[in-house]
Formats: sequence, structure tokens, C-alpha cells
Amino acid sequence: MDDVIAIKGIKEGLLLTIKPDGGEWMELTTKVTSRIDQQAAFFKGARVALDVGDRPLRPHELESLQALLSRRELTLWAVVSQSATTNTTARNLGLETSLIPEHEQMETVEVDPQETGTLGIVIDHTLRSGRTIRNRGNVIVIGDVNPGAEIVAGGNVIVWGKLRGRVHAGAEGNEQAVVCALDLMPTQLRIAGYITTSPDDKRRKPRPEMAAVRDGRIVAEMWKD
Amino acid sequence: MTARVITITSGKGGVGKTTTTANLSAALASLNKRVVTIDADIGLRNLDLVMGVENRIVYDLVDVVEKRCKLRQAMIKHKRYPELYLIPAAQTRDKTAVSPAQMIEVINELRPDFDFVLVDSPAGIERGFRNAVAGADEVLIVTNPEVSAVRDADRIVGLIEAGERKIPMRLIINRVKPDMVRKGEMLSIDDVVDILSIKPIGVVPDDEGILIGSNRGELLNGRAGEAFRNIARRLNGEEVPFLNLDGNSNLLQRIARLFGGSGG
Repeated sequence: MDDVIAIKGIKEGLLLTIKPDGGEWMELTTKVTSRIDQQAAFFKGARVALDVGDRPLRPHELESLQALLSRRELTLWAVVSQSATTNTTARNLGLETSLIPEHEQMETVEVDPQETGTLGIVIDHTLRSGRTIRNRGNVIVIGDVNPGAEIVAGGNVIVWGKLRGRVHAGAEGNEQAVVCALDLMPTQLRIAGYITTSPDDKRRKPRPEMAAVRDGRIVAEMWKD
Repeated sequence: MTARVITITSGKGGVGKTTTTANLSAALASLNKRVVTIDADIGLRNLDLVMGVENRIVYDLVDVVEKRCKLRQAMIKHKRYPELYLIPAAQTRDKTAVSPAQMIEVINELRPDFDFVLVDSPAGIERGFRNAVAGADEVLIVTNPEVSAVRDADRIVGLIEAGERKIPMRLIINRVKPDMVRKGEMLSIDDVVDILSIKPIGVVPDDEGILIGSNRGELLNGRAGEAFRNIARRLNGEEVPFLNLDGNSNLLQRIARLFGGSGG
């Protein structure tokens, strides 16, 4: 076996790497298909990302590979390349040009690829009135969230302090998102499409609580050890 | 001698910034301190009225920064305290007539000759506010025990905290009505301090005398006046116990606790 082509499993499915100086494209695609045909049952149904390095691919070259793969019931979904030509070709065919989903590309945080849901930010101070934090991941505040401050998170919201402002967890539709605080008294609390306000009880004692969606409504549960 | 520059601000209008500035400046002057106040509320000047010097204004802050007069020419001496001066705001211009850099320049020129420079900030969070805090060594946040005033004070505190310099802040809770606090109709001192997380330097009771005094350009007597005099002494480094605003309650002890001390 030569190593101008390589196929390995990644979190997103299969990664097919074709060396940019590996020779003629037609030959290479033949090598790819023969490799796949050796273990047709194993590869069947896989999602394939293609890494061609800096090789410029023209539309008909990429299309032919895509056709060869789909005939074997493999789906090409992304092409990774340092070539602008290849990127344009891939985008014109409706393919991704990065393995990282677009909304996660905004984050600069290093992510362990073995973990999911680890994206987010930590705010190490109290959020005062007028401050808004928007993040597609989880938001952790070490401090209070004062009335007039707002957090909008794609994931969970954890406040190590008093939560009195507005908070929206799972803002992109994740109903599994939760909101936790040492003192949970938000002006308004939303999880995905659900919305609630805090009960107006002046005599309540501050206590750690977690709000989550249960049976179609938001409920706050006391944290138990 | 180099002055401490203290800016009085609040976010919300009408909570008593100007009254506080006027009373603190007079109280500091009565402690034989050399004090100059600057009205940074260009376009809506009031401090001259409250200090009773309106009819003697010739030049103002904008004249100073635009070099139409010397700084000394714009300083109006108070009738009662020879060591208390006011630099009035211009009434016909707006906040953009002065830049933060120009404010710092004016303040630095005043520093060698005074013990205290008090800057009365306009309401809001825009240019006027930024001018007012530009040269501050310390900031006094004035608020009232009601939700909107506290909300705006919180915004101001956040803006100052987010600034390039770390400016120490202290809180003045003005217009406290002990009766209403007791009945739960007004936020308590604890509630206010809990949200703002800033140490109070004074709690001033609501006093009808303030209104009468403001209209006459006189400084206050009575409970509110006493509270302001106590704040001035605290600014001056003295340990002064808080007024007991409420005969029956333990407000004093609660405030003493806030200070972590054992006030009377």
C-alpha cells in the first residue's frame, strides 16, 4: 500500500487525506475507490471529509470523486485545503471547507476534540446593569449578575453568585440547557423557547438552585448534595 | 500641596448630586480645607444656584478650556467660606465643548493650590460623565433607595470598573426615609449595598430642608446637613459613626457591620 492516500476515523466520520504531490488526480481517485472497495461494507454509509493540502481542484475533478464516493454510498461533506481554488470549488458544490462547525469557529477557546459541549466563556467578575454577554457555548460567571445585566447562551449558564438579571440558556433551541445559580432570582429566565419570571417572595432565603425544562415548563430545583 | 480630586456622579438625574457636591464642599471648607468645585454639567448648570453664586458668574469652564480667560478668573469665591471656589459650567454650550483631556488639564492646574477638587457630574453615561470622571482620584456614587436609581448607579459603577484606571468608589445613599424602609416601601440600606457591592461613606436622610436650602443658595442644617458634614469628615480621614436614622431599629449596627468595624 502506498501512502499518498490515507483514510482514518475522526469525530465527524472519515477523513480522507490525499497528498498534494501524489500524482495525477484520476489515478489517485482510482486508488481511493479500490481502497474503499476492499472494505466496502465497512465504509458504507460513512461521512467523508477530504484533505487535499494545497492541491488546486477544479469542479470536474471534485465532482468525479464525489460521484465515485456516492456510488459506494459514502457522503462527501467537507473539503479541507490551503488552495483558494479548491475552497471555491468545494463551496460551489455546497461542501464545507472546515471540519469545525461554523458557529464554533467564532470561539477562540481550545477544545478537547474528545469532549462535546466544552465551549464557552468564564466571566470572573460581577456583571452590572447594562452589560450583555452573548456566547454560543456555556457561560460561567464567578460573581453576581445584577438586575439590568443579560446573558444569552447557546448552552448552560452557571452563576457562582446571585443571578438577578435576565438570562436565556439554550438560546439556539437546546431544551436540555440548564441555569444554575447560588441564588436564583432572575428578572426573567428563558430556556430555549420557554420563559418564566421569579416568584415575588421577599422572605425567601438564598439557596443554590438549578432551573431546567421539565414536562414543558421551567422548574427550579434546589441543589442537593 | 496636592488636591484629591473627587467626582460626584450617579447615572440617574435628580438623586442629589449637585446638593451633595455643594454641601460636601461647604463642609470641607468649614474644616479649613481649600476646596474648589467644578460644575461639569455643561448646558444645564445648577451648582452655582445651589451655592448661591449665580449672579457673580463672568467666565465659565468652557471659557477656560477655550483660553478666553485664565483659570483664576473663572473661579468664584463663596460668600461665606473664603477658601471655597466654584468653576461654573457654561449654560449656552453642550457637553462636547469640553474633552476629557481638557478636564484633566484644568484639574492638574488646580491640584497644587487646593486640598480638594470636587467635580459635579451630569446625569447620564455619555460625554459629560466621561469628562467628569476623567481626572478623578476617587468617585462618590450618589443614589437613592429606589430601584431605578440603584439600577443606574450599578451601570455607572460597571462603566467605571471597566475603565483603564482603577478608581476607588464610595457610595452615598441619599433621601433615605426610615419610615418607608421600615414599612418595606423603600429599599433598605442593606438592599442597596448588596446590589452595588460598594462601601457606603454616608447615608443621608430625606430632609425638606434640602429643598428650602437649594432655593436660597444656603447650605443645610438639620439631619441631612449633619449627614453631609459627617461624610466630609470621613473624606478627611476621621472615623465618624453613622447617624442613627431610625430610633427603634438597628440600622446603625447594620451599617457598622458593613464597615466591618464596631461603630457606636
